[in-house]
Amino acid sequence: MHTQTIAQLARGLKNRDFSSVELTEACLARIRQHNPALNCYISLTEEAALAEARAADARIASGQAEPLTGIPIAQKDIFCTEGVRTSCGSRMLDSFIAPYDATIVSRFRAAGSVMPGKLNMDEFAMGSSNETSFYGPVKNPWNLQTVPGGSSGGSAAAVAAGLAPGATGTDTGGSIRQPASFCGITGIKPTYGRCSRWGMIAFASSLDQAGPMARTAEDCALMLQVMAGFDPKDSTSVDVPVPDYAGALNASLDGLRIGLPREFFEAGLDPAIEQLIRAAVAEYRKLGATVSEISLPNMPLSVPAYYVVAPAECSSNLARYDGVRFGHRCANPADLPDLYTRSRGEGFGAEVKRRILMGTYALSAGYYDAYYLKAQKVRRLISDDFQQAFRSVDVIMGPTAPSVAFGLGEKSDDPVSMYLSDIYTIGVNLAGLPGLSLPAGFCAGLPVGLQLIGNYFSEARLLNLAHRYQQVTDWHTRQPTL
Amino acid sequence: MQWETVIGLEIHAQLATQSKIFSGAPTAYGAEPNTQACAIDLGLPGVLPVLNQEAVRMAVKLGLAIGAEVAPYSVFARKNYFYPDLPKGYQISQYDLPVVARGQLTIEVDGEEKVIGITRAHLEEDAGKSLHEDFHGATGIDLNRAGTPLLEIVSEPDLRSAREAVAYMKKLHALVRYLEICDGNMQEGSFRCDANVSVRPLGQAAFGTRAEIKNLNSFRFVERAINHEIERQIELLESGGQVVQETRLYDANKDETRSMRSKEEANDYRYFPDPDLLPLVIDPAFIETVRSQLPELPDQKRDRFKTRYGLSAYDAGVLTATRELADYYEAVVRAAAADPKLCANWVMGELSAALNKAGLEIDQSPVEAERLAGLIQRIADETISGKIAKQVFEALWESGESADAVIDRQGLRQITDTRAIEAIIDAIIAANPGQVEQYRAGKDKLFGFFVGQAMKATEGKANPAQLNELLKQKL
Repeated sequence: MHTQTIAQLARGLKNRDFSSVELTEACLARIRQHNPALNCYISLTEEAALAEARAADARIASGQAEPLTGIPIAQKDIFCTEGVRTSCGSRMLDSFIAPYDATIVSRFRAAGSVMPGKLNMDEFAMGSSNETSFYGPVKNPWNLQTVPGGSSGGSAAAVAAGLAPGATGTDTGGSIRQPASFCGITGIKPTYGRCSRWGMIAFASSLDQAGPMARTAEDCALMLQVMAGFDPKDSTSVDVPVPDYAGALNASLDGLRIGLPREFFEAGLDPAIEQLIRAAVAEYRKLGATVSEISLPNMPLSVPAYYVVAPAECSSNLARYDGVRFGHRCANPADLPDLYTRSRGEGFGAEVKRRILMGTYALSAGYYDAYYLKAQKVRRLISDDFQQAFRSVDVIMGPTAPSVAFGLGEKSDDPVSMYLSDIYTIGVNLAGLPGLSLPAGFCAGLPVGLQLIGNYFSEARLLNLAHRYQQVTDWHTRQPTL
Repeated sequence: MQWETVIGLEIHAQLATQSKIFSGAPTAYGAEPNTQACAIDLGLPGVLPVLNQEAVRMAVKLGLAIGAEVAPYSVFARKNYFYPDLPKGYQISQYDLPVVARGQLTIEVDGEEKVIGITRAHLEEDAGKSLHEDFHGATGIDLNRAGTPLLEIVSEPDLRSAREAVAYMKKLHALVRYLEICDGNMQEGSFRCDANVSVRPLGQAAFGTRAEIKNLNSFRFVERAINHEIERQIELLESGGQVVQETRLYDANKDETRSMRSKEEANDYRYFPDPDLLPLVIDPAFIETVRSQLPELPDQKRDRFKTRYGLSAYDAGVLTATRELADYYEAVVRAAAADPKLCANWVMGELSAALNKAGLEIDQSPVEAERLAGLIQRIADETISGKIAKQVFEALWESGESADAVIDRQGLRQITDTRAIEAIIDAIIAANPGQVEQYRAGKDKLFGFFVGQAMKATEGKANPAQLNELLKQKL
């Protein structure tokens, strides 16, 4: 069953080919078998999952099933789950049992899906390789010596390895798309505000967005249907109607205008990847699209702007982890400053500390205008670039990442080179646009992702474009041998 | 040298909303520690703030009442600092774009009116409380107050004495209570004040270095703390020293201010717009709706009392000091349909004295406006004298009876029958021949003796004017 997509599994459940309990047991068995090598899961919730599966079977029997009823969907450990440890990949929250469910989690519960466990991630979603997790790195199932990408590396690796048919991810600077690319799966970061952030532990509030990660665009559509929607508990969620994503999957691509940004095909991109991306674009031509070159002139500024805005927000968002009310507290604090400094010093890893320091600096008196305010202006320029482009094209295409999965430890000592692995994804977050990564080939045995970028709330169109490509290609059906 | 004092006040008014500014937890005072703090107030991972619309409405009310600009676009910002009773490690406040800006308030000191500028008023959340007692060397944290809505109202440095500062604070206190946006309870910290105080040589344009005195929670403390601070700064300057910019804490027990932290030790709050909240956009239609619902404001009411009831500026000022007192007074005037000045005298005199003595507020008065009005009617129609009325008032205070019932039961109706009074006078003259002879021989002082005898005989019920008149005739 682990080779099937969510859509296939849903049909199997509906036809009573197997029960949700059988499906869940198979999923848990596969996790037990392969997780020790891959390290995708931080926590397993086997008993609760089986209880949910039994409830799902009852619901299916009563004819009340929804598309995801009985389907195992694993949650990135950034989403609060009531009564279950929610670690955010950090020692700081190693003992934190969330007292409430994130809205995303509640929505999957209401849809009747089954949660097998909580997925590994870079600490507080800060990382591009899943190596900053307190629980150790996740391995890429295509090559255990390489990283799965990050920060949703556990989610991507679990889906690729068949340890969950679908998983949630979050994307602040590429954290859904880059691991989807590295692991050969499909993932979409929706428009900022499309999915609720309530209960999703904040890294950089103005950039964070939840999204689905699965094998196919169709599966992502089924998941996003559950996840998307206005939430009165999140002031930044947007109250616009949620379209029928699955219903739009087969729409025609006739007359589709594709833009290829010059800046995405310059130095720094692996030529073999460029070749695959251009080949994918050629497929779209065959499907009726026209292609033109466009320019996003401020794109080179996206990484520096991001590394001011995101750390600034994180320096404030992570101030609540002070050892006073929850989370890690140092032993025998001598006084208040000692409690703060040792609890935070012990609880946070190196990358998180680096970003807190950068962000604190950027917001400091005398530097605010030069860094934070300037970065916000750059952000507006980047946003304007995209809007300019969308006057002449419907979708922007390019590589998701400049390389395939790199080796474990390869970039750990070089933060800047690590940060540059998100060079094609970060601008999309700064502008708040939706972006999707789908498998478009292999380079040296490792998957390559094609990125689709659309205008605000064009998720249905992006899923449609990805689905049509997946109807004529089979990259997304390839699975690693474990 | 002659010194001039310069004072600016920052007043924190706790808004009287049912729930907190960014969460649905209740705001009631005095609950068991940490029972009124939800996940949002505790700053748990993943929680998000949602702005309480009622707090915005209240801020707009104040803005309109002080003739300020209500910003069509304002921004919530995070003020970052670490403290155990600040759960998120930042306070959500407003920084460069506050909801209310450029208002004013007119105060009166020694009969002189003065306009005090109000720089801004902004919305923010309160922190929790650190409890340093009863925890054996540890500190207890109570987060019930965390997230309670505050309106911080910042004055221009327009105040020139402690008395002006108190007058301003009282005026604002009355205003927020009129507007029903703050209960004004200073003991519970619902209305508290930080004072920025500096002195400069009289005539100098530049401000002196200021000290900020924190957390003054009574009018008396404000006056005393400011006066002490002025003295301290002048002494320091006159002995060749310099004032340092710092935050000082007023110790009411020792009646002194002492240094909390200097400017160098001050936090860099790293303000930046809160990305969890959208900019606060206020629609002009909303402002107009709030404007149309504004109650009559203290100054308007005072002017109306002067013209409509013919009261002095002083009386009108006293009676409009709180909305409750003004409402009570108007209820008395309405029910008594008698001389408004007579009503004012009774409300400000006998009633206020009795309330003061019992430590009660006007809305807790045992004598309702209608019953007081009933008493005043009997004075106005001369059923009883003013003196007897005081006796009746005491009975009204003690029981729920009407003035008429008390008068009838105790037989206090004034004697206005000329023949009855004459009969009493005749009897007194007959019984005191010696005094009559002395009076007629020119000892005028004895007139009082006869009045006393007559009052004694009538148990004080004789109409005093009639009695005097008739006595003079008979003697």
